[in-house]
Amino acid sequence: MNFLIDDAPALVVILPLIVSAIIAFIPSSRWPWIISMITLIGHLFISFELLSMVKKTGVILYEFGNWQPPWGIAFKIDGVNIGLQIIFSIFVLITTFYSRKIFLSEIHPDDTGKTYSLWLLAIGSLNGIILTNDIFNLFVFLEISALSSISLIALGAGMNRRALLAAFNYLIIGAIGATFYVIGVGFAYSMTGTLNMSDLVVQLSQYSSGQLAIFAGMSFMLIGLMVKSAVFPLHLWLPAAYSYAPSAVSTLFAALATKAILYFFVRLIYEVFRIYDHYLVIFLDYVLMPLSVTAIFVGTVIAIYQEDIKKLLAFSSIAQIGYITLAFSLNEQSGITAGFIHIFNHALIKGGLFMAIGYFAIVSQDRVTLSSISGYGQKYPITSFALLICGVSLIGIPLTNGFVSKLYLFQALYFNQMFITIALVAISSALAVIYFWKIIERLWFSTTTVKVAPEDPAIYIPLWIIAISIIVFGIFSAPIIELATMASSDLFGAISN
Amino acid sequence: MTDFLYFWNHFAFILLMVGGLFIIITSQNYIKKIVGLAIFQTSVFVFFVSLAKIIDGTAPILMKVEAIYSNPLPHVLILTAIVVGVATSALGLALVLQIYKNYNTIEEKEIEAEELKSER
Repeated sequence: MNFLIDDAPALVVILPLIVSAIIAFIPSSRWPWIISMITLIGHLFISFELLSMVKKTGVILYEFGNWQPPWGIAFKIDGVNIGLQIIFSIFVLITTFYSRKIFLSEIHPDDTGKTYSLWLLAIGSLNGIILTNDIFNLFVFLEISALSSISLIALGAGMNRRALLAAFNYLIIGAIGATFYVIGVGFAYSMTGTLNMSDLVVQLSQYSSGQLAIFAGMSFMLIGLMVKSAVFPLHLWLPAAYSYAPSAVSTLFAALATKAILYFFVRLIYEVFRIYDHYLVIFLDYVLMPLSVTAIFVGTVIAIYQEDIKKLLAFSSIAQIGYITLAFSLNEQSGITAGFIHIFNHALIKGGLFMAIGYFAIVSQDRVTLSSISGYGQKYPITSFALLICGVSLIGIPLTNGFVSKLYLFQALYFNQMFITIALVAISSALAVIYFWKIIERLWFSTTTVKVAPEDPAIYIPLWIIAISIIVFGIFSAPIIELATMASSDLFGAISN
Repeated sequence: MTDFLYFWNHFAFILLMVGGLFIIITSQNYIKKIVGLAIFQTSVFVFFVSLAKIIDGTAPILMKVEAIYSNPLPHVLILTAIVVGVATSALGLALVLQIYKNYNTIEEKEIEAEELKSER
């Protein structure tokens, strides 16, 4: 079992990718799901193994094929990404368990087996984004994840043909974003001759006063990643893609896909381009921060006017990405901590919400709109109550993990003396109550007489695991805060030393 | 002027890149959008490969005499990027095929009009 420990960093990425290729040839519709579950349980074990290794040694540098970096590709696991890796690993397992019933009902039954091939491909490549330490390798993972997610989104066409248009738009916009990123890599490579991020930091220090070509490359890379992580106003692909995809796919992507790219975005800013502080300040203060505040407002206000609930949640996601980028734009350790806390917590909250709505979509076999869910609170009490917990957490009521996120964000903003921004964030949080109240009102307070219908344990068990963890992490928030603090102190400590 | 001649590969890259983006943004036809995307991506490939060229450099092959050779790494990177580009185009065309089967057209305006009609 020695290779398990030595090659653990590679295995977490390669295991899903290899199994994905095998699954594609299995004709059955049940076995692919079982194999995926076993694979992801193994994935979870390796992730925890990595956590204990990181806690012991601090940093794991894995060189592929024993090629020394900067020549070979390397994976780097340290405090910054191990937290995301653990959350990712736990969440994909829960989502995969949940996904079976959704796929059976939303996709043609013969295709459900092959869907898991794409599913594992997306999981493996997203995990690669989290672990890689090579800027070109990131592009490859970015594109694998984009292509597999586009195919998964297009599978929603069985329910609504607009999924095809959503997938096509994502393909075009996503490819432009990825290509922008590669242009940036080209500039960086032409100036430094390296692609390894740790080496890039060293090489860039010879241009400490700054070079126009590097600034151009940096801008291209950051904008490309902003397209991919749907930072306002580059979010246009997201609402349609999330709302027309099969519900399990929306759950996975809303919770994890944009978060993985946001993680890399913040790592690129604070680890690689750290020495161009004067340029970074301009980008963070005059570009990212105003855009984040606008995103929070625009996302929330558009969400208020949505009739379709999956679209409502997608626009709320744009606002929540705004909270995360706002925290990251503070250029300060408490801000990074707040951002990572919200990445972890929002993954749980939005995942839970999409899971509950996904169940309503398969029982009604139609789009879930505000008018179609009236009375569901009495009809499906177990699912609706979990939805309620996730919703109050999204608003940020105490005793939920959403409150912890908001608290740390406010603390970070207060610490940086941004009182106007605090006021704006507080107002937008209040606005979030409006759109969530609309759902609650329809669920519980509409006067329709309905009987209690039997609910599906395959749906509400994973949903309640998430709902309970929302409460647990709201009261005992120490583990999440510990992981986020580890991330921010590694990201900032490494630079100040 | 000498700057222009020296950096002509950059200007060629900009021309191709902007042309590709222009086609993506302005064309209404989905196939043309994919063509634009391919041009846009190819511009970046050209850019990378031209960066690797060293004047009087040969191919990076082991020879008896010492020789100046071009940097092979960008070529390898672009080989990967070409594969990605082909996969993107292929998936895009597959989607266009499905869109055509569902809507009987691949013109953006006609599809939007049809969607507006079905919303009512």
